Amino acid sequence: MRWLALLLALTAAPALADSNLPPARYANAQLADPGKEAEAKALMETLRCLVCQGQSIADSDADMASDMRALVRQRIERGESADQVRDWLVDRYGDYVSYDPQLSPLTAPLWLAPLALIGVGLLVARASFKRRRRG
Amino acid sequence: MKRWLIWVPFVAFAGVLWLVATELAQPADRVVRSALIGKRLPVFTLPPSVAGKPGLDSKSLATGEPRLLNVFASWCVPCIAEAPQLLALQRAGVKIDAIAIRDTPANIERFLARHGDPYERIGDDRVSSVQLALGSSGVPETFVIDGKGRIVKQHVGDIRADEVAGLIADVRAAR
Repeated sequence: MRWLALLLALTAAPALADSNLPPARYANAQLADPGKEAEAKALMETLRCLVCQGQSIADSDADMASDMRALVRQRIERGESADQVRDWLVDRYGDYVSYDPQLSPLTAPLWLAPLALIGVGLLVARASFKRRRRG
Repeated sequence: MKRWLIWVPFVAFAGVLWLVATELAQPADRVVRSALIGKRLPVFTLPPSVAGKPGLDSKSLATGEPRLLNVFASWCVPCIAEAPQLLALQRAGVKIDAIAIRDTPANIERFLARHGDPYERIGDDRVSSVQLALGSSGVPETFVIDGKGRIVKQHVGDIRADEVAGLIADVRAAR
């Protein structure tokens, strides 16, 4: 009985909320032009999977991530730039969809805080070196 | 060197601690909402998904009368939970159109036969392209569309029984 339970547990498939439809064209197929494929791949690594949220669409197996990869490759193939595709998605999902935050009033602290911290560090270092020289 | 300066790191640390404690106390909102609320529907055309029911395009969603646009799939379990509420909305006179995500006609027909069919039109979105254009991040989701084809509201997740009245009011208000 216990063996049967173990066997069942080992062979059970998780009940995934995914369709059984085949992935979209270009979801898992590369573009013919290696330059464009590299651009698309770089963009995919900085776009958030909206279902799994902690992963990029390049890393995720979710249906929606594969459809987003197909969308990115199709638009890049059509001649759009990576920034245009990113902007198209940000227009629909907000900044949350991008792992590469663009400079805006809202994200300015992200960019300026490290510079401010380096400045504070330099001041502290200068003050303490001065004191040591005197002592 | 001013004496009080020595307290600055301590105060900063206490501030971080306070921030972490308050954020821990309230669970984060992980719902991704569409940024298109208040804007026009994106232009799209979807072929019919089942026989005997027209497909869906953005033009037919701007006919002067507010409607609901339900994003669903036959493989989606919360969509089953939502089905009675959609039927209740239909009985209340709300017009409902749908986009079927990554689905096949046979599966949708079986789903509608089993759980009821509140839809006037169903568009077939095999690669989630219109779903992505709408800023929708999963199934089920329901958009309130006003008579001019503008997205007034987005309901993320299945509609619960106690949310039906609110949606009817939203549709009336969108008139």
